[in-house]
Amino acid sequence: MSMVECIDVKKSYRQDKLEVKALNGVTLSIQKGAFAALAGPSGSGKTTLLNIIGGLDSADSGRVVVDGHVLETMTQSELANLRLHNVGFVFQSYNLIPVLSALENVEFVMLLQGVSTAERRDRAIAILDDVGLEGMYNRRPAELSGGQQQRVAVARAIVSSPSIVLADEPTANLDSKTGKGLLEMMKQMNESRNVTFVFSTHDKMVMDYARRLILIRDGLVADDQVKEG
Amino acid sequence: MYFRLGWRNIWRNPRRTAVIMIAVIIGVWTMVFLGALTRGMLEDMIENGIATLTGHIQIHQRGYREDPAVDNSITDPNMVESALESLLPPGSRWTPRVRVNAIASNARHSDGLTLVGIDPEREAKVSFIGHAVTKGRCLTPDEENGIVVGKAMADSFETGLGRKLVLMSQDRRGEIASRAFRIVGIFRAEMQATEKQFAFVAMPAAQHMLKLREGISEVSIILHDQGEAERVAHEIRAALPSTYEVHSWRELLPLLAAYLRLFDGFMWLWYLVVFIAMGFGIVNTMLMAVFERIREFGLLKALGMRPWWIIKEVLAESFFLLVLGMAIGNTLGLLSVLALSGSGIDLSAIAAGTEYFGMTRVIYPSVSAKDVAIANMMVFFLGLLVSMYPAAKAARFTPVEALAHT
Repeated sequence: MSMVECIDVKKSYRQDKLEVKALNGVTLSIQKGAFAALAGPSGSGKTTLLNIIGGLDSADSGRVVVDGHVLETMTQSELANLRLHNVGFVFQSYNLIPVLSALENVEFVMLLQGVSTAERRDRAIAILDDVGLEGMYNRRPAELSGGQQQRVAVARAIVSSPSIVLADEPTANLDSKTGKGLLEMMKQMNESRNVTFVFSTHDKMVMDYARRLILIRDGLVADDQVKEG
Repeated sequence: MYFRLGWRNIWRNPRRTAVIMIAVIIGVWTMVFLGALTRGMLEDMIENGIATLTGHIQIHQRGYREDPAVDNSITDPNMVESALESLLPPGSRWTPRVRVNAIASNARHSDGLTLVGIDPEREAKVSFIGHAVTKGRCLTPDEENGIVVGKAMADSFETGLGRKLVLMSQDRRGEIASRAFRIVGIFRAEMQATEKQFAFVAMPAAQHMLKLREGISEVSIILHDQGEAERVAHEIRAALPSTYEVHSWRELLPLLAAYLRLFDGFMWLWYLVVFIAMGFGIVNTMLMAVFERIREFGLLKALGMRPWWIIKEVLAESFFLLVLGMAIGNTLGLLSVLALSGSGIDLSAIAAGTEYFGMTRVIYPSVSAKDVAIANMMVFFLGLLVSMYPAAKAARFTPVEALAHT
């Protein structure tokens, strides 16, 4: 079953007076439960593609379907709803809310979803324990290391059981040991919860972990490899 | 959650929070304190005007106010008295008076003034004169030759206690009536003009001099509740024959009544001016706070937060800044009022100038719940309203642009 369908997706930006073509007609399909990486050099269009799949940005043309939702037909409000209930995000620079504790950051999305206080608290504690942050619930982001912050970001992304987690260069700001630990954790989440993970990366370690490697170059899918085992 | 986020966000930059709160504090403080001072000044002016032989209600023979001559006196005070006994609410006091223009003279000076014949005991409960005699003594009810004059008048006449003063006026027959009195008391009043304008004698002496028999010029009434003046005046007017005129203090002191109306409008205008100055500070500071956190707003939108929720989050920050600033500003304003409530602000040094406007020598601030409520409501609601601009800015960032912002 397909979680993401992109058909001839095009996107260009205007930088000053120049038009920059970020995506030149990407067509790809990602299955539910995938652990896939969009790889490619800087400026290849992988982050743009990730943003479009996540409903953060819109394509100029083409068709994008995420978990059965046709994005180009959706209003901003419906896209916000999709992001809230169906998509989890992990960003390169963690992007936690600095005035909230680790626990509150994880609870935040559930709060927007209207989950009850008690359930919110139980689920947030459970997921923080799963990502190895037991006992750090009340620490604010500034009191956590980069790796710990990214774990909180992953916990926030998956706590409300989204259909898909989109991670934009999740290991870029982490040392290799911490990055490896994070990838192990995400892989475990993928296997135990059957959550679809799509990364954008140019980190070799992430590419090694991914079961499917989609190479983006000049706004097009240049290669698409599914690894065995 | 909005409140928790708002509360924590305002303390992320304590210096900026302090700056905006100081603006709100100073604004509310000045609104409350200067509002109370102006209100106190106005109330003192009204109180003084009412105490200076005006009262809350006056009754005259028709035509007296246009021509205050003895010809226009009330010839049957008993009718008025019986009407008042049945109509006045409990706690009301009233007194009859004879009041004519006269010329006072002694060996060196002469000047025009208002001669007032009073029942000293009843007058003391109605006007200022009961507690205004500072030298000598008050009049007695049957005093035949005693007169009480103001200090300013005594000074300008270079006279004093025990000295003689001749008063001259026109009697009921249209002839010149003249009589010598001896000064038994000197009074002080809030305004020098009052000290120069009035001289008091016992009513029988005035009636005898002016050949009025039982006649009086006016009846002055003080009510327990000033707010009832219009209603009671209306009832008395309805009960008395049309040969009488009944006026409330608002009709007797039209300038003060106009001041009062003007003041309410002025307060709104003044609050608005103070708020506009404050409002620019609020908008500017909130914009800074929003632009510093563009990435965060992008994140909130990426996580699925609706624009309206972001507006509520920014407004929650304004809410705390405004409420805290208002609480401190009100406290300072009320403490300032409390500090001046005993001694007031003494304007004796510029008494001549203040008298021109009918102001008293000492201003005591007076807090009106309505004024404080208007000031606070204005700061609170307009504060939230101007915060909508930075809040709307925050809500308009697109996630991609905002997350890419460095």
